Amino acid sequence: MEHDVPEELVGSLEATAREIRRDVIRMTCAAGSGHPGTSFSVTDLLTALVFHELRVDPTRPGWPDRDRLVLSKEHAAPALYAALVHRGFLPREELLSLPRSGRRRSGPVDRAPLPGLEASIGGSGEATGMAVGMALDARLDRRPSCVFAVLSEAECQAGATWEALLAGGHHQLRNLVVVLNRNGYEPDGPTEAIVGIEPVAEKFRAFRFHTLEIDGHDFREILGAFASARATTGGPTAIVASTVTGKGVSFLENVHDPQARALSKAEAERALIELGVPPAEAVR
Amino acid sequence: MTGPAKNESLCDAYGRALVEQGERDPRLVVFEAGRSGPTGTRSFGERFPDRFFDVGAMDASMMSMAAGASLGGRTVYASTTAVLAAGHAYLYVRESICSNHANVKIVATHGGLLAGSDRRTHAMVEDIGLMRGLPGMTVVVPADAPTTRAATFAVAERAGPAYVRLSSADLPVVSEGAFAIGHAAELRSGTDLTIVALGALVGRALAVADDLARVGLSVRVLDFASVKPFDEPALLRAARDTGAILVLEEHSVLTGVGALVASTTSENYPVPVRRVGVPDVFGESGEPGAPLDRDGMSEERIRDEAWELLKIRGKVL
Repeated sequence: MEHDVPEELVGSLEATAREIRRDVIRMTCAAGSGHPGTSFSVTDLLTALVFHELRVDPTRPGWPDRDRLVLSKEHAAPALYAALVHRGFLPREELLSLPRSGRRRSGPVDRAPLPGLEASIGGSGEATGMAVGMALDARLDRRPSCVFAVLSEAECQAGATWEALLAGGHHQLRNLVVVLNRNGYEPDGPTEAIVGIEPVAEKFRAFRFHTLEIDGHDFREILGAFASARATTGGPTAIVASTVTGKGVSFLENVHDPQARALSKAEAERALIELGVPPAEAVR
Repeated sequence: MTGPAKNESLCDAYGRALVEQGERDPRLVVFEAGRSGPTGTRSFGERFPDRFFDVGAMDASMMSMAAGASLGGRTVYASTTAVLAAGHAYLYVRESICSNHANVKIVATHGGLLAGSDRRTHAMVEDIGLMRGLPGMTVVVPADAPTTRAATFAVAERAGPAYVRLSSADLPVVSEGAFAIGHAAELRSGTDLTIVALGALVGRALAVADDLARVGLSVRVLDFASVKPFDEPALLRAARDTGAILVLEEHSVLTGVGALVASTTSENYPVPVRRVGVPDVFGESGEPGAPLDRDGMSEERIRDEAWELLKIRGKVL
């Protein structure tokens, strides 16, 4: 999946991803909950989407022709919020106080989504269904919007995900791209030990998705897969992105915490220093 | 009443109204979970194939797809049976539709016990309670075909999610379809007792009220088609004017409109309230008409309950 990607672009995305990982540490520590492991596994994929692939405009979050990104709220929301802050959708001052629901309460029920977020999405296999609906909507209006749904492994155990994939394949939604963040874990532990989803790429193919398997931390492969998805005409694309939970901080890599505890102050400082924050700034 | 009212299908009325609405709103989209004949959406699908998505048996995921399709500013209708829409798909209605205040109008058929020849498992008597509990959800239970038609249009006028519950039986025409969300229609005026009824039981409420009128008793009948928002002023006026309320619903008495009427009056203007509906047991289905009688909603039972309240009021001995 090598793709002609300029060296400077890769360097810039890597630097951005590092900044997002730092903010994920700060956010989860401020909230006192949430392990950064899952967020770190998907940070590079989200960075590639939000900073390069998505046709979006932070000054016009409601632009009808924008591309859509959907991510379930249980799945690595801190990484997405940090990415949206860095991209300019949300003010930096809000970083540590962003609502977990992804929506600002403007009335008793009419809740405006945060700029850059398309919807509040639960974790029981709703993301794919909503993405299919958005892709159908764009196609009906002949809008160029592409819809990217980033899924967790647990979502691939939910029946509704496969319902929606069946519909996406049936309707040949070439403007739909499903990205599986294949980090090997679901909340209770290793996915393959709980209820295995392999061979997951074969399953996507059987559901009529153009399916690619990539390293989800290699920006050349990630951008190459997105380019291939855009060039596909026959139907939707699935990208199985192998990732590492805790990627980017040595003592967090491949460590899964079923309790999803936030890091201790000392751990957070070590992590920030590994992510290039000067020690004087990291220790606060 | 001028002679026996004719029976009409609510689902057919919905299907016809949907085609009209589709003519008016060229962006309107309809999702259907694989039963377009019984739900009534087939005619829309034939008229507007590009704007009709039959997703087969994916009733749960359909709610997410409908929500996703609506978020760009489109009005979306989604139809399936009530047991699937409010039962199986509940979480998807809650999270994908209501949590986003998505502009999705769920029109659920086979609501209640009168599920035609379909299996007992399709009888659904918990849906009003489930849907009423969702923030921002509009809930409508039409009693007849003209109200169904009016409700199909009315929910489109109101932004946000709606649940319209249709009986699959052919029901007598009891109104002229002057339906408005948030308003209870006063079908009979009266001062001795109020009957609040909805859906298939409005016809029975009128029959009982007319019987009692023949012996000089004055019974008000409110068609409570708009369950949420409901007409609190009309309800409290009824409590003050008539001093007792009988509620009739083809729904579990635990969580339905009877519970709503009892809690609203007890908080504001306590009067005796009695509930006729489905007791805390699973429903049965069979020939139209029979289940209501079998499950405690016969005209005789309604008359007995009305009589008890009239006794409490001192109107009869």
